[in-house]
Amino acid sequence: MFNYFFKRLFQSILVMIVVAFVSFSLFNFVGDPVNSMTGEDASDERRAEVREVLGLNDPVYVQFSRFIGNVIQGDFGISYQLKREVSDLIAERMPATLELVFVSALIAIISGVILGVYTGIHRDSYISNIILVISLAGVSLPTFIIGIMLIYLFSVILGVLPSFGRGEVTQLGFWTTGFLTTSGLKALILPSVTLSLFQMTYVIRLVRAEMMEILQTDYIKFAKARGIKRSVINYKHALKNGLIPVITITGINIGTLIAFSIITETVFQWPGMGSLFIKAVYFVDIPIMSAYMIMVAFIFVMINFIVDITYYFIDPRIRLKEEG
Amino acid sequence: MGLPSNFYGGNNMKKTLSIVLSLLFMGIFSPAFANTIKWSMPGDSLTLDPHAQNEGPTHMVSRQVYEGLVTPGINMEILPQLAESWKTTADDTWIFTIRKGVKFHDGSDLTASDIAFSINRAKTAPSDMVDLIKSVKSASALTDHTVQIVTDGPNPILLNQLTQIFVMSEDWAKANGCEVSYNWDAGETSYCASNANGTGPFKITFREQDVRTVFEKNNDWWGDDSTFNVDTIELLPIANDATRVAALLSGEIDYTNVVPVQDIERIKSSAGHGVKMTPQNRTIFFGMDQGSAELNSSNIKGKNPFADKRVRLAMYHALDMEAIKDKVMRGQSVPAGIITAPGVNGHTAARDERLPYDPELSKKLLAEAGYPDGFEVTLDCPNDRYINDEAICVAAIGMFAKIGVNVTLDAKTKSQHFSEVKEGDANGMTSDMYMLGWGVPTFDSHYVYSYLFDSAGSWNKVNFSNARVDELVAAMGVETDQDKRNAMIAEAWDITQDDVTYLPLHHQVVNQASKSNVDVPIRMNNEPLFRFANVN
Repeated sequence: MFNYFFKRLFQSILVMIVVAFVSFSLFNFVGDPVNSMTGEDASDERRAEVREVLGLNDPVYVQFSRFIGNVIQGDFGISYQLKREVSDLIAERMPATLELVFVSALIAIISGVILGVYTGIHRDSYISNIILVISLAGVSLPTFIIGIMLIYLFSVILGVLPSFGRGEVTQLGFWTTGFLTTSGLKALILPSVTLSLFQMTYVIRLVRAEMMEILQTDYIKFAKARGIKRSVINYKHALKNGLIPVITITGINIGTLIAFSIITETVFQWPGMGSLFIKAVYFVDIPIMSAYMIMVAFIFVMINFIVDITYYFIDPRIRLKEEG
Repeated sequence: MGLPSNFYGGNNMKKTLSIVLSLLFMGIFSPAFANTIKWSMPGDSLTLDPHAQNEGPTHMVSRQVYEGLVTPGINMEILPQLAESWKTTADDTWIFTIRKGVKFHDGSDLTASDIAFSINRAKTAPSDMVDLIKSVKSASALTDHTVQIVTDGPNPILLNQLTQIFVMSEDWAKANGCEVSYNWDAGETSYCASNANGTGPFKITFREQDVRTVFEKNNDWWGDDSTFNVDTIELLPIANDATRVAALLSGEIDYTNVVPVQDIERIKSSAGHGVKMTPQNRTIFFGMDQGSAELNSSNIKGKNPFADKRVRLAMYHALDMEAIKDKVMRGQSVPAGIITAPGVNGHTAARDERLPYDPELSKKLLAEAGYPDGFEVTLDCPNDRYINDEAICVAAIGMFAKIGVNVTLDAKTKSQHFSEVKEGDANGMTSDMYMLGWGVPTFDSHYVYSYLFDSAGSWNKVNFSNARVDELVAAMGVETDQDKRNAMIAEAWDITQDDVTYLPLHHQVVNQASKSNVDVPIRMNNEPLFRFANVN
């Protein structure tokens, strides 16, 4: 048990270090932060001075080890552009992103499961085909086009939903929430639907495939033969078993949602971490970029770690292999 | 009357109650009959500290809240602001008389020492304004209402430079630990970066960076407040062009000073909206390295084609800027014959006349210069800095191809482009040909010359070097006799225009869009002045 646990933990830490190093060295190719920081009319001496103060003259590995040393102490540094603590900036932005991701995941799972079950049971029906075609569009159209189309329809033409921002937010300690005001809830609709479409399509297809497979299995046939009601078979026996892979996949995909939210946040001017990151890229704000990458990597690694550990308890085969 | 009388009565009661309630609601959430402008642009001010960032949107926000000794008016003319008058007592000594009765937003009085403090703060290292006012040697308060500024030799454009220096309260800054602008090393957030205490017509009452900033009218403002009827401004930055336009069309914002070129017609076609346009104080041009012995990217070895003036002239005649204006810029540009914008001292209509588009002449010039079959070169372009920058380069390359010059495009993001133009790429290779745009915050040609033409100029990456021009740049920096100085500027332009040192393309155009009833004067630097804004 502990052997397995520590092996996984060690792997996770290794992944984190590699991610941190790769992202950090990539930033050497995104451009020169000094140019954005000093403006185009600064003198050469001033540029050299800023470069020196920021330690950009040191070799990459020196910069990297300094960075890792600070990160371990919880210090992500100061944003070049905003000149504020990166950890503060991320903490301020995190509630917006997490609320968006939470609502999107909810939409994706609930509607994905309902539509997936429907299309799984009524395989060749007219409505199933329409759902599948539309979901295909959802997965193949880029997020920003879907977002702009929704904005155009619901904000410009119908004028019922806001096109940007988070509406009115309520401060609950360190957390800001949009769940408690009407404008906050209205502002959530378009971005979360946009963000959820990709995942929803995924869930629909997964649930549909699972349902179709399970409905062919022997125990369903026996249940049918025993005369159990169709709805009980479909929802109690078939769906329950079909949901196991869905839960695993969506768990892992929460990380993807956070990463995907960059585009959605930019389109809807959602004040989350994604839009902070995009702005940082534009400005070559290395501290924010590194912190964001490390954080997203951390979320991915953590989810994977938890999934692995959960498997240990769920799947007896892993336990047996370890013990045997 | 079959219905019981209390039926109506009850209904009326309900109605009255709902009216009263909604009035109360309005009273709570919006001051009665307040005029509000919801303003949007792609970015937000980076910091409220007025000296920490020398950057457009940051100054746009500061300008509503903070004031300077002098300020640019709607047409960029220099007007007195906190200084009532000024005089020079020696070539390098200026005395400013400070306006009386001016109060900061926190109620304290403005004194001469606040002004001296602010200028000294702006010229102290962590500040981003250091380069702008490096000619200021010292600023000191002589009395409560006079300030003396001593410059390093005569400085004819001191006033232009001072328009960018905002005045803070000395006591407030010191009490809040921001005696100097943000220090890179210090590692803490400065109070003055998220709070403002100026003397301007608006004060900031709410600020959530990148989300929402609320400005309320300062009722104790010293100036003439009959020029505007705006009580509240809300700044709501929207980075995405399409979303910003959608928010304007849906009425969620009232005004934006940054309009994407492709959406201008769409906004004009909306009944409730209007678009205003004016030439911008930024000119786009190509630089061609004429000083290096050999070009890095060319097939011509051992000599540099751009060193020959006939080649540069051939490149000039090959460009059809009217076509680029129509096809690439959708009419939103002013083809230029000089690399500085109208309104800058030294710019004249005659100098802004382009040489004719004449590819046949270009071919002849190339043949004369010894390149009848043209040559190859790489053009470096930004793809996210100027309006349609990459598309302009693509169009220009097609035009150069017609005269046999085979240009390869290397387009990249601005942070890479500018550092490669300035310092060379990773291998130390400098750019042979590049796109650059130059704005002139001081509205004087000296700014253009000291950066782009002086042989030591930090953006002179065409390696232009002319002893007479260097002499003139130095002289125009210190000459205080305006006529003599203007003659120097004219002579410098004569030399560099004849030399075809740079290939002028066009002046960018500023567009702003608003609801029809919202009137914000348009200015060539894209900066709104809400003290001249009205809601009708």
